[in-house]
Amino acid sequence: MKGLRKLVDNMKPTFVEGGKLSFLASTFDAFETFLFVPNTTTKSGAHVRDCIDMKRTMFFVVLALLPAFLFGCLNTGLQVGLEGFQAFLYGLIRVLPMVAVSYIVGLGIEVAYAQIRKEEVAEGYFVTGLLIPMIMPVSTPLWMVALGVAFAVIFGKEVFGGTGMNIFNPALVARAFVFFAFTPQMSGEKVWFSDWKMLGATDATTGATALEQLATTGQMQWSVMDAFLGFIPGSFGETSTLCILIGAAILLFTGIASWRTMLSVFAGGLALGYLFQALGVTDYPAYYHLLVGGFAFGAVFMATDPVTSAQTNMGKYIVGFMTGALAVLVRVVNPAYPEGMMLSILFMNALAPTIDYFVVEANINRRKSRIKTVK
Amino acid sequence: MSKIIKLQKGLDINLQGKAAESLVELPLAKEYAVSPLDFENVTPKLLVKVGDKVKAGTPLFFDKNNERVLFTSPVSGAVSAVNRGEKRKILNVTVEADAQQESETFKTLDLQKASREDVIEQLLKSGLWTMIQQRPYGVVANPADQPKAVFVSAFDSAPLAPNMNFVLKGQKENLQKGLEVLSKLAAGNVHLSVNAKAEGEMTSLKGVEIHSFAGKHPVGNVGVQIHHIDPIAKGDIVWTVNIQDVALIGRLFLTGKVDMKKIIAVTGSEVDQPQYYSVISGAPIASLLQNQIKAQPEGGSVRIISGNVLTGKKVEANGFLTAKASQITVIPEGDKYELLGWIAPRPHRFSVSRSYFSWLCPKKEYKLDTNVNGGPRAFVVTGLYEQYLPMDIYPMYLFKAIVANDIDKMENLGIYEILEEDVALCEFVDPSKTEIQKLVRDGINLMIKEC
Repeated sequence: MKGLRKLVDNMKPTFVEGGKLSFLASTFDAFETFLFVPNTTTKSGAHVRDCIDMKRTMFFVVLALLPAFLFGCLNTGLQVGLEGFQAFLYGLIRVLPMVAVSYIVGLGIEVAYAQIRKEEVAEGYFVTGLLIPMIMPVSTPLWMVALGVAFAVIFGKEVFGGTGMNIFNPALVARAFVFFAFTPQMSGEKVWFSDWKMLGATDATTGATALEQLATTGQMQWSVMDAFLGFIPGSFGETSTLCILIGAAILLFTGIASWRTMLSVFAGGLALGYLFQALGVTDYPAYYHLLVGGFAFGAVFMATDPVTSAQTNMGKYIVGFMTGALAVLVRVVNPAYPEGMMLSILFMNALAPTIDYFVVEANINRRKSRIKTVK
Repeated sequence: MSKIIKLQKGLDINLQGKAAESLVELPLAKEYAVSPLDFENVTPKLLVKVGDKVKAGTPLFFDKNNERVLFTSPVSGAVSAVNRGEKRKILNVTVEADAQQESETFKTLDLQKASREDVIEQLLKSGLWTMIQQRPYGVVANPADQPKAVFVSAFDSAPLAPNMNFVLKGQKENLQKGLEVLSKLAAGNVHLSVNAKAEGEMTSLKGVEIHSFAGKHPVGNVGVQIHHIDPIAKGDIVWTVNIQDVALIGRLFLTGKVDMKKIIAVTGSEVDQPQYYSVISGAPIASLLQNQIKAQPEGGSVRIISGNVLTGKKVEANGFLTAKASQITVIPEGDKYELLGWIAPRPHRFSVSRSYFSWLCPKKEYKLDTNVNGGPRAFVVTGLYEQYLPMDIYPMYLFKAIVANDIDKMENLGIYEILEEDVALCEFVDPSKTEIQKLVRDGINLMIKEC
């Protein structure tokens, strides 16, 4: 460790103000703080600080994403007729270029912006960068991923001021951009299946996703257990509700994601699902909504994004419930597009500040009247 | 006894180095200091020069913004230095103590007959007025105001805080007198908040409205107590006094002398024998920490804090006790790098987050250093600050209003009700490492300037 520290210390003068490469200060700082927790001490205020920082927070989100990611690898292979470890390996090789493109393009832009603003590089993209490949169909061309990432980071985040200031969830902005900009390529049945011929993969027998089948016929060809475990076609990381729930457990246990939001999204989805079932609009059970498509993934990893979701506890209940309900509403009522989760979360991202505004206004009024009654 | 007000929110940080309940009487030190920097928004104007003879209670300087507010010497002796910083700003005035201590003489007023103005005059002249703090804003009270009420917290809940029942043992008479003095000042009641779990003798004090509080830190903060007893609205003024200072005020009115002897808890993981010391206000830190700091590993150093780890002031080893401190805390400096610390399990670290393991052993005493443990970021995590501020306030919205210099919003969201100390825990837990206490002070200063 000492040798490494020495190396970093020797390089440092080149990058700080006045050094030859001072225009790369943020980049250097990002690498340095990645390797070492900095030695900065408190100056004023609380002399001691909690050990948690943004890096560890984001690391735990990535950790929570891993079960779904690993299952995504396996499922990608299974969907093209492979089995066991070979299937996993196939999926891993298939998805790694996407992950690489997502991180290289996204972090590149992030670092450039941090450099311009002379700030430290924020960690938000660690999560976003992994989320993006996980919510894309596995055959999305890499150039589309790159364009989506660039659009999301620049117009979804940096124009608002960077991590913490954005209105829309950047990963969903990328997904929405790709979906609406390249609709012909991104719809149809083929896109959900990998088209790479390697490791003995055969031509996949492509077919409609569970979601599409439910929307058109009201039935799906898979069992509930298959849908829950994730052996169905879909976006790379969204299929296994089980793995997503493991991630949810990590996020809730560490307190990193809000249980209020998460629970309310599921409650909202179920409530409207049951309503449609009771009204006879749909003839499959309401909980199907939670098992197929991106509902569970969105509820656990996207709707709970603290920056773009509601920021008050009451707001979290409301926004969460509406997110879930709206997703099911879009799924059931809208005939053109079977998935509603992405649009529902983005729509509620836009609405969340307004809902928070009313919650805070209520607090202000309560505080004013409280003082009157005491007197 | 009224019902117990129980607070659910908050956090007790369990640190190493709790003071043992033994008291050491320290001999008179060489020099004592009074600093205008211990008070917010005081512009000092000197009344003495180096070499002048002073007694305990002789004015050293006054506040230009309010000329009736005098700052007096805690000991008798000769003014030895006026220490100045940048732009000749006065840092402190030091007095070299005589072997024989003398005090200015004051009246032992009969409080039944004395007028409010007499009481105020006596407090101002003796310098003890500066112990009275005004809320909102946390500045020295203005003698021209009449406060709605006076609030005193009879206990301190901060990490390693002194046990006030121990500190004030045998001082009941002084406390009683001090509270009587305060009740002369307020339009309404004097409120005394006691620790429901350790009331001690406090509940037997007369002429005050007693409230019983239970919960975690910041339950002992007077600001939190005010919020639950009678919250501060726009235009309200209330005064607060530290419980030990109440006893000092009582002593002045009982004896007619300024006797600034008080008890300080010396605490923290780097103190050899954490215990209590009886010293005079403004005492040199060195006199309290003589041979008390543990040997540090190579390259290591310690941080000496006048006050507690959350709100205290960093002082040098040759510095002086700050005016409002009732404890000193010594902890290790954290100026070291840690390889991949953010990802390592770090089993011995303390965090409120369950991404560490400290939740497994809630009873364990921790040794925390001064490392920030991360870099500054924008506000990202939500719903966290709320858990550590037991008030009906949305802290993040308030902080954002301060960042935006939005006075209307600050007012509506509760700037009148908080001081730095009340949000210290928010700062402690913040993963974005925002300097929240400084932010709040900036907001308060803006309010003072604009309103």
